[in-house]
Amino acid sequence: MSIAFGNPDRPNSYIGKTVPRPNITKLVQGRGRYVDDIVLPRMVHVAFVRSPVAHGKITGIDIEAAKTVPGVLRVFTGADLAEVCTPWVAVLAHLKGLKSPPQHPMALDRACWVGEPVVAVVATTRAAAEEGAALVEVDYEALPAVTDTMTALDKTTPVIHPDMGDNLAFRRLHEEGNVDAALSTAHKVVTASFRTARHTGVTLEPRSILVDWNPAEGQMTAYHATQAPHMMQTVFAKHLDIPESRVRVICGDVGGSYGIKVHVYPDEVATATIAKIMGRPVKFIADRLESFTTDIHARDHEIEAKIAVDAEGRILAIDVDDWTGIGPYSVYPRTSAIEGNQVVNLCGGPYDFANYRAQTTVVFQNKTPTCQYRAVGHPIAVAITEGLVDMAAAAIGMDPVEIRRRNMYRDDAYPVTSPAKMRFEGLSHHASMDKLMEIMDYDALRADQAEALKQGKRRGIGIASFIELTNPSPFMYGIGGARISAQDGCTVRMDPDGSVVALSGVTEQGQGTEAMLSQVVAEGVGVSPSKVRVITGDTQVTPYGGGTWASRGAGIGGEAALQAARALRSSILEVAAAMLQADQGLLDIRDGQIVDTQTGETRMPLEELGRIVYFRGDTLPKGLPRELVQTRHFITMDYPFAFTNGVQASYVEVDTDTGVVTLLKHWCVEDCGRVINPQLVDEQIRGGIVQGLGGALFEEIHYDEDGQLLNGSMADYLVPMAAEMPDMVIAHVETPTKESELGAKGAGEAGTAGAPAAVMNAINDALRPLGAQVTEMPFTPERILRALGTIHD
Amino acid sequence: MTEMFRDKVDVALTVNGEPVEARVPAGQHLIDFLRQTVGLTGAHASCEHGVCGACTVRVNGEAVRGCLMLAAQADGAEVWTVEGLSDSAAIADLQEAFVARNAAQCGFCTPGMLVAAEELLSQGGLPSRAEIREHLSGNYCRCTGYEAIVDAVEDVARARGGEDVARARGGKGAA
Repeated sequence: MSIAFGNPDRPNSYIGKTVPRPNITKLVQGRGRYVDDIVLPRMVHVAFVRSPVAHGKITGIDIEAAKTVPGVLRVFTGADLAEVCTPWVAVLAHLKGLKSPPQHPMALDRACWVGEPVVAVVATTRAAAEEGAALVEVDYEALPAVTDTMTALDKTTPVIHPDMGDNLAFRRLHEEGNVDAALSTAHKVVTASFRTARHTGVTLEPRSILVDWNPAEGQMTAYHATQAPHMMQTVFAKHLDIPESRVRVICGDVGGSYGIKVHVYPDEVATATIAKIMGRPVKFIADRLESFTTDIHARDHEIEAKIAVDAEGRILAIDVDDWTGIGPYSVYPRTSAIEGNQVVNLCGGPYDFANYRAQTTVVFQNKTPTCQYRAVGHPIAVAITEGLVDMAAAAIGMDPVEIRRRNMYRDDAYPVTSPAKMRFEGLSHHASMDKLMEIMDYDALRADQAEALKQGKRRGIGIASFIELTNPSPFMYGIGGARISAQDGCTVRMDPDGSVVALSGVTEQGQGTEAMLSQVVAEGVGVSPSKVRVITGDTQVTPYGGGTWASRGAGIGGEAALQAARALRSSILEVAAAMLQADQGLLDIRDGQIVDTQTGETRMPLEELGRIVYFRGDTLPKGLPRELVQTRHFITMDYPFAFTNGVQASYVEVDTDTGVVTLLKHWCVEDCGRVINPQLVDEQIRGGIVQGLGGALFEEIHYDEDGQLLNGSMADYLVPMAAEMPDMVIAHVETPTKESELGAKGAGEAGTAGAPAAVMNAINDALRPLGAQVTEMPFTPERILRALGTIHD
Repeated sequence: MTEMFRDKVDVALTVNGEPVEARVPAGQHLIDFLRQTVGLTGAHASCEHGVCGACTVRVNGEAVRGCLMLAAQADGAEVWTVEGLSDSAAIADLQEAFVARNAAQCGFCTPGMLVAAEELLSQGGLPSRAEIREHLSGNYCRCTGYEAIVDAVEDVARARGGEDVARARGGKGAA
């Protein structure tokens, strides 16, 4: 029996409704349990001595003074840990040519970025560990630092890893059609350079891990603020030589992730290694400077791009040359080539055009390693694409909405394969654009813009259509050899009193995973969501799964939960039919009661069925299955990814005297397929938009030419504050994926994907009459004033 | 050891209405004292520079950064944290509004955000959305984008002022 999603009045209709998150009440009472809240007997703390130079040979380490600090117990060098922990190499077979040198938990003979861990000091308190760390003397022989992306491959630039031959980590060229011919014959060709700044996630909870090793049991337990507990279980098992069954990763409350906490960090592996050496619990909580210098960075791209259009505004060709610098190592195990690869995959995404060329060049440099951060590559690809489309529209005198309507894939065109060879199952660009026009009242806003100009106010409207990659299959990582699970599982069981427990391999990072699962399981079984207890984030009890990444929780984990819940429902009804001497097909479960499907008449509460199964099984027929626990796994098979789509709009005011951009309002129409919980989806979109707005206006990691990070505090690296952010209007079109019964696609990254481009286009819409244009993010007052010619060097 | 160079300081204060006496390291911040010594882990240490507000607690009636105040400075003070404000039901309506509006995602900023919001609400009147945003700008949230938090605080301000919030909100957010 399938679920009649079209009928909102169906029994147990929890999917599609806003129900409260089961785990939010504890958070508002301060009763969350984050890693740093956990204290274990005999627990010690580790602090790291980190490289103060971007590139240097380690010529001497003196730990004697540190060992004299009261409370300091042990001091470890990289060589000490290398005896216990094997190194890793972050490459993927399907990213041809990607290379990276072996990396250890701590530097051995050479440090390659400011912040790389070099020495670990373990003490009874964090304060003592820090005091000890301050007394460790490390001598460095300076080596030349490579910091500029665009010159990293020049013959005169030193090679960071001589064994690798050059500073090229990865390069991919994709060509479809004949771009050069299209460019040479087009009505208009627009060329532009774009720049997206180096960001980091700034999770309010810094990276946190507490690892215990019990040598008597051969058991490692890691309390870890992570998005991927099973992946970390596999990593600790592999590199510390422990069977996977003897590594338990527990992920309780996590204070923000956004992709930052899905990677393998050397200092976290070092913490586990030290726990294994010392045989006692070791805690590492990054401080804020460590967060800035060692959390992964992202988005540091420089792009030259062209678009060719005909006189009617049809896109003839897009040509993209993308460069990014990833630091000295590709990050394990997802690698640091994915972001550039995504730019190649995603540029031009919404549009039906024939000639496409894109190349990404990924180079090593002596800065903090970069890797996947919320909406990986999307903000870059959308800025390039939507920036070019707006420029083309302006060049031929066409409205930016009209040019998009002329080029977006028709809503009835699917399935379709894009020039980047992405396969789209079903998208809704036109319906989404129509809805956007309606909710923002585009014509009225244009009138307001004109009216404001009469009063001397420069306002602009920016539109950004986008596609978003969600529900990844093993094509994302597994086929490249990474032990990262694309499948996910859920176990659902009924306890004797009729309440239900669901154990899922996807994780809660605050996005509402547990609420989503409670709704899906409640509807699947036939109980109220309040009767469903959801357990996530414990590798010892949950089915093996991938966790939280690439917007997969609802689409993959949700479907596994639905199938497990439906299986439990069948098991319950089989027992009920035997107990009631009824036809199983004529019974249903509604709000915790066995009922007659036709009449709705109550036949038996679930707790009575539970009582009989668990305590009076002797009264049931011999051989009757009574398996009130069911596990199902789900993996997508038909498409490598389930793409979603949407369109955002930004309305801004630019003060041409000060260069300050004020965000007046923001809109987003988004199609993530089946919406399971409207409130949670809207809040994911809003939160994602604001992270995108941060990238558009504020966020930028600064380095000097020696590779020193210059703004390593939250006072210096600016993130959005409440006062600067606009109210956001969110709406949806629903095109469920046919790959699953649930039909859900991902929603967590779409906001971040489109917001920067929308703001860029809005600013340029405001500045265009003045002949000014900005394409280098963030759009600071300085950059605005430079574009206006107000200031120059 | 002279008074000037003493590295441990005796303090006596009330925390969430209960007397607490302790000998604290002179350099220990209030947030670390509350979390590590008193066992109140609701407020969090995050930026350690007084920027993000995750460590905000109430000291002598004012919202204070727990990472900028030393435990030794709290001698004689009356300190309230989210745990005590929960147990006393002093901010129950605000907490309910945060739940209804999903104004917390990861929850790490929330205890500090609640203390800051209550400071504004306790001043009475009906603050504008811009005033709410301004008041909360010392409390960073990386998850929500702030709008739900502003909505929740606005709802409570209206409700405390006697308005029918469900009607004012017009069905937005929570069903």
